[in-house]
Amino acid sequence: MFQFDSFNEFVQMGGHGPYVWASYVISLAVLAWLIVSPLLRKRKLVQEVVRERRREAARQSNPVSAEHVSQGKA
Amino acid sequence: MWQWFHRLGSPRWFYQASGKWLPWLSLLAAILLSVGIAWGLGFAPEDAKQGNSFRIIYIHVPASFLALAGYYVMALAGAVGLIWKMKLADMVMKSAAPIGAILTFVALVTGSIWGKPTWGTYWVWDARITSMLVLFFLYLGVIALQYSYTSQDAASKSSAVLSLVGMVNIPIIYKSVDWWYTLHQPATIKFTEAPSMHPDMFHPLLVMILGFYCFYAVALILNTRVEILNRERRTRWVLDMLLNSKKGSS
Repeated sequence: MFQFDSFNEFVQMGGHGPYVWASYVISLAVLAWLIVSPLLRKRKLVQEVVRERRREAARQSNPVSAEHVSQGKA
Repeated sequence: MWQWFHRLGSPRWFYQASGKWLPWLSLLAAILLSVGIAWGLGFAPEDAKQGNSFRIIYIHVPASFLALAGYYVMALAGAVGLIWKMKLADMVMKSAAPIGAILTFVALVTGSIWGKPTWGTYWVWDARITSMLVLFFLYLGVIALQYSYTSQDAASKSSAVLSLVGMVNIPIIYKSVDWWYTLHQPATIKFTEAPSMHPDMFHPLLVMILGFYCFYAVALILNTRVEILNRERRTRWVLDMLLNSKKGSS
């Protein structure tokens, strides 16, 4: 059985609304971070590895020009 | 037996196996947490003394459970890494530290918010609260040590030692409510006795605790997998997998 008569009462929780909702919102936000942050780190890592590979492949196929490119960037 | 042990220690094997577990664990965690939150917020009966503020228990207690269980995971992984030089165990320990820190943070913050309408204050230096704060600092210490060495081996070794030394805090947290009877109430749930809660309030709590366990497993696996990729980024299998999936998806 739903314990509240109206949505408004559900939000207010008999005066304890701010405490209850603040607890749930803060907790869910920081816990969601535990899932989001590894996904972001993985994406960044994949990009880095692909870039490293491409640079290495360029260096192997044409050592002189690849040297120029990396020096030009630095 | 030893073959199994070696396989478990192989980051590559763990990466592939955990990839199969992840969808199921995530689904289970999502279902348990959604059911538990809806049940706890809307359908569990109001507490006779505390009114609706008691609904914070459905976050506070599971988060505290996992903050402690997460410490066991971290210290155990640290010990395995120290004794058998198992690389995977070091990676698990490193991944467990921020997860534990966040769960401890959630336990402290929800407890503090709950304290205001119940005890009239956000914070007291009660034994249970103070020992949980120490737990939080232990987690932060392990995280800090991970980043204060240039050699990953030295970082793993010293954070494993810190997490093992920090184990002394765990029984203090458990016993704090019995040794110093100050403000925090004694444990609501004990393995040796029937719960002191009404079943209508207890069942959603059980669902939330199970949901938090599954969530913890998902978070730990996700973080460990990235750590594996990062440390094995020069190996053939990681390169093959990353470069092929990149080609396939784009």
